[in-house]
Amino acid sequence: MAKDNLVMELKDFSFTYAGAPKPSLRNINLPIEENMITAMIGPSGCGKSTLLRAMNRIHDLYPGNTYEGKINLYREDGIKENILELKKENDFIKLRQEVGMIFQKPTPFPMSIFDNVAYGLRLSGIKKKSELEGRVEKALKGAAIWDETKDRLNESALGMSGGQQQRLCIARAVALKPRVLLFDEPTSALDPISTGAIEELIAELKQEVSVVIVTHNMQQASRLSDYTAFMYLGDLAEFDKTDKIFLNPKEKLTEDYITGRFG
Amino acid sequence: MNRLLLNKIILTLSILSALIGISFLFWILATLSYKGITSIHWSTFTNDLVEGGIRNLLVGQFTMALIATLVAVPVGMMAGIYLREYGYGSKLASVIRNLSDVMMSAPSIVIGVFVYALLVDPFGGYNGWAGAVALAIMMIPIIISTTDNMLALVPTELREAGMALGGSKHKIILQIVVRAAKVGITTGVLLSFARIIGETAPLLFTSANNQFFTMDLTGQFPSLTVSIYNLATYPDEASRELAWAASFILTMIVLIINLLGRFVIRNKK
Repeated sequence: MAKDNLVMELKDFSFTYAGAPKPSLRNINLPIEENMITAMIGPSGCGKSTLLRAMNRIHDLYPGNTYEGKINLYREDGIKENILELKKENDFIKLRQEVGMIFQKPTPFPMSIFDNVAYGLRLSGIKKKSELEGRVEKALKGAAIWDETKDRLNESALGMSGGQQQRLCIARAVALKPRVLLFDEPTSALDPISTGAIEELIAELKQEVSVVIVTHNMQQASRLSDYTAFMYLGDLAEFDKTDKIFLNPKEKLTEDYITGRFG
Repeated sequence: MNRLLLNKIILTLSILSALIGISFLFWILATLSYKGITSIHWSTFTNDLVEGGIRNLLVGQFTMALIATLVAVPVGMMAGIYLREYGYGSKLASVIRNLSDVMMSAPSIVIGVFVYALLVDPFGGYNGWAGAVALAIMMIPIIISTTDNMLALVPTELREAGMALGGSKHKIILQIVVRAAKVGITTGVLLSFARIIGETAPLLFTSANNQFFTMDLTGQFPSLTVSIYNLATYPDEASRELAWAASFILTMIVLIINLLGRFVIRNKK
C-alpha cells in the first residue's frame, strides 16, 4: 500500500462516548485508499458505525465525546491534516464538504428536489443561479436520478420513493464534490431493486470519490468493496483486500463471522 | 362466560360515559345555536356595544389576541427551540420546561391579577396593552410546549444530514428542523389562538371593557368575552339576547379556528 494513494488514515484511534466508562473503539489503525471502496463489516455493536461517524466528526453534534489518536485527511495538494484537531466551525464545515455522509434512512429535507441538492452548495457559498443549476443537474446525473427528476425539480422531495430519496441524498452529497463519501448502511431500509440501483451507483462513484461503506450485508461487501475491515467489539479485527477477507481470512473470528457462524 | 359478561359490562359503561360527555357538549351547542341564532341580526355586526351590537367587541378581542400572538409566537418558539435544540438534557432546560408546564395550568384569573399589578395599577387604569400582555402570558407556555414537542418529532438523522453537508447548527435548525416541524407548530399556534380568543378571566382586570369603538390600547379596551360576562348579568332582555348572540359567535369562531388547525394537519402530512 503506497502512502501516496491514501485519502484518509486512522492511527491509534480510540473513541469514547460521553459518560461511557470505557472506549467504544480502541487503537484502530486503518488506511482508506483513494478511489477505492472500503467496506466495514462486523456484528451489531462492534463500533463500525461509530468509526464511520468519527471520520467526518458528526459525533460532535453531541457534546462530551472524546477522541484519541489521529485521523489524517490527505488534501488534494498532498498536505495531510489531522481532523481530530479541528476546532473552528468553519473548519468543520470544510471537513464535511470534503467528507460527505449518507445515512441508513433516506433524509430528504422538507423542500424541493432542487433545493435539497442545492442546499450544501448554497452553504458553501455558491449563490449564482446558473452555477447552482449546472451543479444540481450534474449531481443528479451523477446519482443516476436526473431522468426521473428533471421535470419535477420544484416538487417536494418528500413525495419521492425511498430508493429515489436515497439517490437524491447521494446526489446532494456528490454535488459538493467531496473526496470521501461515508455510507452508513445505505440500503438497509430499501427494497432489493432500489438496493441494486444504489450499489451500482456506489460502484460508479468510485471513479471520482473514495468510499467507505458500513454494511450488514456480506454479499454487498464482497460485491462492492476493494478492501474490507472486519470489526469486533471495538477492535479492528482484520483488514485486507476484500478477496482475501472473504476467501482466505487470517483470523478465525473473521471466518466465523463471514460464514455466518455468529453475528 | 364470566369474562364475556365483564367485557360487555365494561363496554356498556364506556359507551354510556362517552354518551354522557358528548351529550353535554351537544346540549351546550344546541342551546347556544337555538338562543344565539335567533338573537343575531345584521345590526349585531354593524353596531357597537353602545348601540346593541358587537362590532367593536370583535375588533377589540381580535386586536388583543393578535398582539398577544405576535409576542407569544416568537418568544415561545425561540424558547421551544432552546429547550429542544440547544439546552436539551441540561439542568436549565429541564427547569424551564417544568416551569412552563406549570404556567400552562396556572389559573387564568391569577395571570389577570398579576398583570393588573404590573400594568394596570401603576399606569392608572385598565388598558388594552395589559389585556394583550395577559393573553400573551397565557399563550407563551402553550407555544413553548408545542414547539418543543414538534421539534422532538423531527428525526435526529435530519439534523445529522444537514450537518454532514456542512451546515452550522443555527442554519440547520432554521432551514431544516423548524421547516420539518412547520405544520405541527402552525397547528399549535392556531389552537393556542383559539384558546386565548375565548378567555375572559385574564381580561377582566386588565383591558376591562369599552362600549365604544376604539383602537387606543392605552385606555379601556372593548372585549367580547368580558361583554358576555357583563351582558349576561343585566336584567333586560335585549342585553341577555345580545349575550347569547355573542356567545354563539364566539363559539363559532373558536370552532372554525380549531377546524382550520385540523385541516392544516390533514392536508400537509
